[in-house]
Amino acid sequence: MPRIVKTQYEYEGRIREQITVVEEDDLPRWGEEAQLRLVGRPQPRVDGEARVTGAARYTADIDLPGMLFAKVLRSPHARARVRRIDTSKAEALPGVRLVLTADNLPPGILKKGPAPLVKEVRFFGEEVALVVADEEETAYDALRLIDVDYEVLPPVLTWEEALAEGAPRVTEQGNVEGGQPVIKTYGDVERGLAEADVVIERTYTTQVELHNALEPHGTVALWEGDRLTVWESTQSVSGVRKGLAQAYGLPDEDVRVICEYMGGGFGAKFGPHRHTHLAVIAARILGRPVRLVLDRRDEDLATGNRPATVQKLRIGAKRDGTLTAIDLVSYQIQGAGGTGGAVGGPARDQYRCPNVRTVEYGVYTNAGPSTSFRAPGYPEGAFALESALDELAQELGLDPLELRRRNFTDRRRDGKRYAQNSFLEAYEVGAKAFGWSGRPQPPDPAELWRRRERGEPLVVRGVGVAAGMWGSAGWPPAYAWVQLHHDGTATVTSATQDIGTGTKTALAMVAAEELGYRLDDIRMRFGDTVMAPWGTGSGGSGTTSSMAPAVRAAAADARRQLLQLVADYFGVSPEQVELRDGVLRVQGAAEGGGAVERRVAEFFRDIGPINIVGRGGRAPNPADLAAISIAVHFAEVSVDVQTGRVAVERILAVHESGRVINPLTMTAQIEGGVLFGVGFALTEERRLDPRRGWVLNPDLENYKILTVKDAPRIETIVLDRPDDQLNNSAVKGIGEPPVIPPAAAIANAVHNATGLRFRDLPITPEKVLAALAAAGRAAGGRAAEKEGVRPR
Amino acid sequence: MAIQTVERTGRPRKVPVTFTVNGELREVWVEPRRTLLDALRIDLGLTGTKEGCDHGNCGACTVIVDGRAVYSCLTLAVSCEGASIETVEGLSRPGRLHPIQQAFLERDAFQCGYCTPGQIMSAKALLDRRPDPSPEEIREAMSGNLCRCGAYPRIVEAVRAAAAALRAEGAGEGGARA
Repeated sequence: MPRIVKTQYEYEGRIREQITVVEEDDLPRWGEEAQLRLVGRPQPRVDGEARVTGAARYTADIDLPGMLFAKVLRSPHARARVRRIDTSKAEALPGVRLVLTADNLPPGILKKGPAPLVKEVRFFGEEVALVVADEEETAYDALRLIDVDYEVLPPVLTWEEALAEGAPRVTEQGNVEGGQPVIKTYGDVERGLAEADVVIERTYTTQVELHNALEPHGTVALWEGDRLTVWESTQSVSGVRKGLAQAYGLPDEDVRVICEYMGGGFGAKFGPHRHTHLAVIAARILGRPVRLVLDRRDEDLATGNRPATVQKLRIGAKRDGTLTAIDLVSYQIQGAGGTGGAVGGPARDQYRCPNVRTVEYGVYTNAGPSTSFRAPGYPEGAFALESALDELAQELGLDPLELRRRNFTDRRRDGKRYAQNSFLEAYEVGAKAFGWSGRPQPPDPAELWRRRERGEPLVVRGVGVAAGMWGSAGWPPAYAWVQLHHDGTATVTSATQDIGTGTKTALAMVAAEELGYRLDDIRMRFGDTVMAPWGTGSGGSGTTSSMAPAVRAAAADARRQLLQLVADYFGVSPEQVELRDGVLRVQGAAEGGGAVERRVAEFFRDIGPINIVGRGGRAPNPADLAAISIAVHFAEVSVDVQTGRVAVERILAVHESGRVINPLTMTAQIEGGVLFGVGFALTEERRLDPRRGWVLNPDLENYKILTVKDAPRIETIVLDRPDDQLNNSAVKGIGEPPVIPPAAAIANAVHNATGLRFRDLPITPEKVLAALAAAGRAAGGRAAEKEGVRPR
Repeated sequence: MAIQTVERTGRPRKVPVTFTVNGELREVWVEPRRTLLDALRIDLGLTGTKEGCDHGNCGACTVIVDGRAVYSCLTLAVSCEGASIETVEGLSRPGRLHPIQQAFLERDAFQCGYCTPGQIMSAKALLDRRPDPSPEEIREAMSGNLCRCGAYPRIVEAVRAAAAALRAEGAGEGGARA
């Protein structure tokens, strides 16, 4: 029965409260002892065939009769005021149907929220005009014919500039998100630092990272009367529907959002976005469907990013490694709006420490707005914290793993006990599998420089370790229906989506397991809000952990109804009916009291049409427990002392995220996440012109994501530990945890290889050579200079 | 070819191009600037081939033209007169995946699937010319296809598995497979 509860859950490092309706009856938890047939066995994707044959339809593949194509004109300045726009030439171009600017956006269509075209430009690439044309090429032609007169203003580009007295205001609320930093204090850090035998005080910086999902953002908008249908490349069909309904003053039921296949999001596709509104408004004005798919440049300028950070970290410890204080002051440089992540999350929650303070500033500048990005704040925060612990371990003469062991915590900072924290097991299992013990001391970098100067070919190797944590593990509301069909199949329906992580497959397995059906008999209906209950947005690594309990509950409900019907038909009690692999076995139904066996489809054949729909809604998380998914990564790197190039040779990733549903797709998430982390560590960086704020690399040529040739050997160890106090399926999330530790593990390994500590990402050849040269000079390598050899 | 302009619109005049797509003779009328990618996707409705960057950086648009893997976003449709073009739609038969597709499916060599048609066509171009490539050759041949989800280790495995399956199949059919 549905009931109303108030619940608390963690989302990407922040605690949220929610009043919600749940409908989940008590089911036996899928704990350690549960006997499961399907769950836990590797299973190729149920929608894999569509993806490998090209049959899968993504947003850009939607083609409707009469559909028009839209393109966006973007500002070529980081801060400017539009004095005048002349669109007459563009409008006169044959094939152009509409040119929109902030001046001629018709009032009354968009009822709520900011206009999607601006006159006050706050970043390079901000939306200034829209062209809608019969063909895409024509729309591009027309963009070039729009004449804009800009008053160019000096942009605010660095966090120091943004915080300076009298700085121009980037947003209406000023240059600091919320007007002030978010400060969280536990204990007394100054006292903790005073009590410490050793204090590490360091500044770590991380770069802006671009999502660059291979499928760009895009929308197809169709109005039929006052009903709106939108195909959107999104991580949340339910969220986009809600956003559109509010923005256009429509009942939810008159908005349909579809995203059957989705080409990657990584946090940047929650929406509705500006381009969504532009397509919807244009379609309304023109009375025809409009497709607006962003191109790569649009994508890299205006759809969000992982904000750069500056993190000032102080850590105090006793001689034996016991932490006495962690003090973090962080600045997230978020561009012209948007949100940052909980950079202070790892510092607060990963280790036991009586005195912790985190001061988090979100700073606005005249650059592309940030948005959530796969584990927002955590790879950044972990880079600082886990590098600093490595530095502390060195200072104390302790093994870095031993230091972490000694500061293990079984509680979140707010005092709630972790339902299950597997760090200790992961350290042990990982150390053994990696061959951690006996790693050599780092060399003297000055010596490496000397050998380089002698022209000696030299590649040095090193190993490093880092840990990461993630607190999100699902939440209500999350609903599903399981409908049984006459042919013996069943459909799982929910307005959630599979963004490529394998959600559909995992949840089909859950449904089949609970129903007692074969996996082949499960149909998945996700990615469409029409006639579907609210489903979770794919963020916070929470899709499976939110949806699995709901799907399980719905399947159990359908199964109960079916078994009751079967029992009534045969005149037995439901307890006498078994259902496995789609076969009913009814005890006492045969003549002489024996069992009758029938496939579900055979049973239904004797009966007329059926209407069996199971409903399920996820229960809240337990009020007194916190969730933690953990990752411990061991990295082996080589550094070419001649070129400065760092190559990651091997990553061992140890993870615990509760019960494993599909090991095939779970390990895929880990491998992909590790590769994301390697790119963050070594190659990825959005570059701005330091004076004008132009983005210099809004393309995949100059923004370097890894290729197959850059991929290291990745080994995964998954600790399959059902976390059965959290939810009925004992699952947590895996999408984000593997992105968190790699950068720190790699930086620590580079230190082990070279004796050089890199506190600024990415670790490029340029930085490595500069640091080697500096070490050479500092160590009295004056001789080299006398010989006229200058560091590059 | 001289580009003509339509007087009343000022636009380049469309011209006919004839090529074979997945074994079928097709004619399209396109502006000379239209890419092969757009001709396939828009004029022929073959949307299996994807656009990821439109700049020849990502490889999502990879198709095979006269036996070579090409970026269709950097190929003008008019330059393909008389060519033989293979796209992902041409690989499978109803009820039977191509061994490369089968290997990608079994090895979970994709996540979102957006780059997958391009990956598969690059793999096919490789295996058509080198039935038994080394892992290094596979990496080299696949290095023009980005996968943001990071399925690379599995892509290499899948191509190796597909190579073995294709060789076995070829041996079974007396090497008759085209």
